[in-house]
Amino acid sequence: MNLLDPQGPVAAANSTILVDSVFIMLAIVVPTIIAILGFAFWFRASNPKARFQPDFVYSGRVEMVVWAIPALTVILLGGVAWIGSHQLDPAAPVPGTGSPVRIQAVSLDWKWLFIYPDQRIATINTLTVPAGAELNFQLTSSSVMNVFFIPQLGSMIYTMNGMVTRLNLRADNEGKLKGLSAHFSGDGFPDMMFDVNVISPLAFPDWVAATAKTDAVLNEDSYKKLMQQGIEKNRLTFRLDDPRLFDLIATQHIPPGPGPELLSDAGRPHSGAHDAR
Amino acid sequence: MLGKLDWSAIPFDQPIPLVAGAIVLVGILAVLIWVVAKGHLPYLWHEWITSVDHKRIGVMYILLASVMLLRGGSDAIMMRIQQAVAYQSQGFLPPEHYNQIFSAHGTIMIFFVAMPFVIGLMNLIVPLQLGVRDVAFPTLNSVGFWLTATGALLVNLSLVVGEFARTGWLAFPPLSELSYSPGVGVDYYAWSLQISGVGTLVAGINLVTTVLKLRTKGMNYLRMPMFCWTTLASNLLIVAAFPILTATLAMLLLDRYLGFHFFTNEAGGNIMMFMNLIWAWGHPEVYILVLPAFGIFSEVVSTFSGKALFGYRSMVLATMAICVISFMVWLHHFFTMGAGPDVNAIFGIASMIIAVPTGVKIYNWLFTMYGGRIRFATPMLWAIGFMVTFIVGGLTGVLLAVPPADFMLHNSMFLVAHFHNVIIGGVLFGAFAGFEYWFPKAFGFRLDERWGKLAFWFTFLGFYVTFVPLYVAGMLGMTRRMQHYDVAEWRPWMFVAAAGMAVLSIGVICQIVQIVVSIRNREALRDRTGDPWDGRSLEWATSSPPPVFNFAFHPDVRGEDAYWDMKTRAQQQSLEHEAPEYHDIEMPRNSPTGFICAFFATIMGFALIWHIWWMVILGGIGAFATFVVFAWRDHDEYVIPAEEVAAIDRINLEERRSLVSMAGAV
Repeated sequence: MNLLDPQGPVAAANSTILVDSVFIMLAIVVPTIIAILGFAFWFRASNPKARFQPDFVYSGRVEMVVWAIPALTVILLGGVAWIGSHQLDPAAPVPGTGSPVRIQAVSLDWKWLFIYPDQRIATINTLTVPAGAELNFQLTSSSVMNVFFIPQLGSMIYTMNGMVTRLNLRADNEGKLKGLSAHFSGDGFPDMMFDVNVISPLAFPDWVAATAKTDAVLNEDSYKKLMQQGIEKNRLTFRLDDPRLFDLIATQHIPPGPGPELLSDAGRPHSGAHDAR
Repeated sequence: MLGKLDWSAIPFDQPIPLVAGAIVLVGILAVLIWVVAKGHLPYLWHEWITSVDHKRIGVMYILLASVMLLRGGSDAIMMRIQQAVAYQSQGFLPPEHYNQIFSAHGTIMIFFVAMPFVIGLMNLIVPLQLGVRDVAFPTLNSVGFWLTATGALLVNLSLVVGEFARTGWLAFPPLSELSYSPGVGVDYYAWSLQISGVGTLVAGINLVTTVLKLRTKGMNYLRMPMFCWTTLASNLLIVAAFPILTATLAMLLLDRYLGFHFFTNEAGGNIMMFMNLIWAWGHPEVYILVLPAFGIFSEVVSTFSGKALFGYRSMVLATMAICVISFMVWLHHFFTMGAGPDVNAIFGIASMIIAVPTGVKIYNWLFTMYGGRIRFATPMLWAIGFMVTFIVGGLTGVLLAVPPADFMLHNSMFLVAHFHNVIIGGVLFGAFAGFEYWFPKAFGFRLDERWGKLAFWFTFLGFYVTFVPLYVAGMLGMTRRMQHYDVAEWRPWMFVAAAGMAVLSIGVICQIVQIVVSIRNREALRDRTGDPWDGRSLEWATSSPPPVFNFAFHPDVRGEDAYWDMKTRAQQQSLEHEAPEYHDIEMPRNSPTGFICAFFATIMGFALIWHIWWMVILGGIGAFATFVVFAWRDHDEYVIPAEEVAAIDRINLEERRSLVSMAGAV
């Protein structure tokens, strides 16, 4: 999950900016640290060679320089930030080969639901995508906030109930990656890690066809079962009954998830996560 | 009768909080019994609990912060051990417990360690540096302290009665709403902060007024020591920002108690509004903490370099620039919420702009050292350790302000490492530097240097061993608040971080040993002159500890570094005062108002958390009645006769004359 080992153009561009910014700053930070240690050592009270200058308390030239150095650095980095935020806006298109794949991601308590509306299938905790194609994500949450993040593919984005956020990514190399939720969402939060399978564009239709043969159907009823708090260890797959399911969730036609079941009304509610193991 | 409270609130099935709670309870009882048996209770009541002396209140703030540092530190140790062992397993902390621990750790460290520590130091020193006898509102000061203590007490009570929030230290909705957090944890969190927030606000009002209205003769703004400037900036921020916190938490509480929909998913609630509001307070908050630390370092670097602060006016400008800009950057805490490129870029650049005045400060300390005669006493070690560490924290902070980099690092362990880098490396190092530097002033004897230096080196190294691995883990995609994980590449770094935590703990132990050793050797370490470090500002012009009235005469300030100036002139004239004529001094009377008010506030807070409505009314009436009684007081001051002032001052003058004549002889 190394950020410096990007597997797609967004992650590559983000990590380039990350590394470049560090080096721009190191150029002034390292000399400053050396100067701090050097001055402290040389001007130690026990050094007779150091010249004591108690009246050196103002110098226009030094002031000029000390305001200028951080200001110039910030102007340079500010440029990087401005251009970077525009080019790497999560919603900006990421052109790829073949037709884009639309994926609707829903964070549930505590699992990820990935809906492929055009393929009429859905999966839990496993995201399978073709290499090289543009991936158009629409994201929402069934209950509390989460953040959708695949470190080696790039930018993360919040998922919020009643709202849709957008993110475009692309995976360049076939292989297995990991994704996670990057915003604490309750007791089952650490089990929201999901698998990302990047497969060849030729194998993708086969995977879709195989997945569509599954018996399980995702509709409002089965979605409401998934919405219950709990951890899902099995990599479930579904046929999608109604391609508008995501819109029903995002517009709150399906009400937000229920939260924990209360077993006693004393201060400590029952934890769903604990029992799921 | 008792609302939601019943026996199931006590976690009999969880050994860790139960044992911890029992140990704390036994400790408190032992101390109480000792105090009563030895007959110290009247002393404590008259000299400390009801004291309105800013020095005593400052010391109590710092004591509170130190005790809570141990509590927050224990949480930290448990978290680091948990993440070291919870690879493909549950570790030793179940999620509902682990989640409380990291929420409590953050809440305690910010609100009940960092805040009381810096407010305590400001209380203790600022009136002395301004050359005045007290703060603007002495009794209000006491109220502020005791309300902060109430908040701390409630947070700790949640350990054994009920639970603490499991939502993180900022309790983001909708997770913190009733539907997803039905327990009392979030209520403990919110009411603790509401009550202590009132305390912080009055402390802020008090210190702003003190700096603006109570300065000695000739102490105009551009002659104030830098610590007074940073105190002014920090408390202006408190006055401006804390009401936002209070309002935000009030809205959350309305949601939870009365079915409002400010931040719920349903009925038009807006969770993004909470994010904006809480960070509109939260970002100024970090500058509220770090600005006083900057002030402490300015005093320390200047004193131990034997030079006035380089670029004083530039420093003032930088301080006030930070004060203003810190209000304009809050959105950088959620670049990843999809606000769009223009908004993200503007807030990113605004955040970077803060690095300019901060960088200027670093350079000005650097040039204060240039041409100095640097003595490496413990406070100076903390200052140099800070400068090196804080630059690294600044670098990673500016990095996180670049939106595309933040898209990869938001909420990661890299972020955790960053804010610990600036909060420990900045605020905590500053608090420790101030503690070592001003301890002789508060208690009349120095701290043991050998243990102090050991404490510094262990803490300094321990910091890097703990937090550099977290930077690496963040670069490996690890997010924060993971109770367990299955990623093998994160594991070695969690081991190293746990080892670093052990080194940090040794640093804390050294600090405790230092205090014990110093108290034992206090006669040898006695500071008779009131000026143990060859200081430059007015707090060193009076005895250690200062008399209750601070100064027999209001000092006459004629320039920056007022006391240095006086010493120089005194050496030339070989006498500090010529047969001074003493006057009666009026000082504020002690008042139990703060303590009683906080007593009722504790009852009210507890009752609100558990929905015990009759007790809420009782506590509310009690707190209000305390104020009414105080408002009707007849005598709020007492007079110290001139003879007594003279007797106290002459002892101090004798010591000082011998110092001056000795220095003159050299």
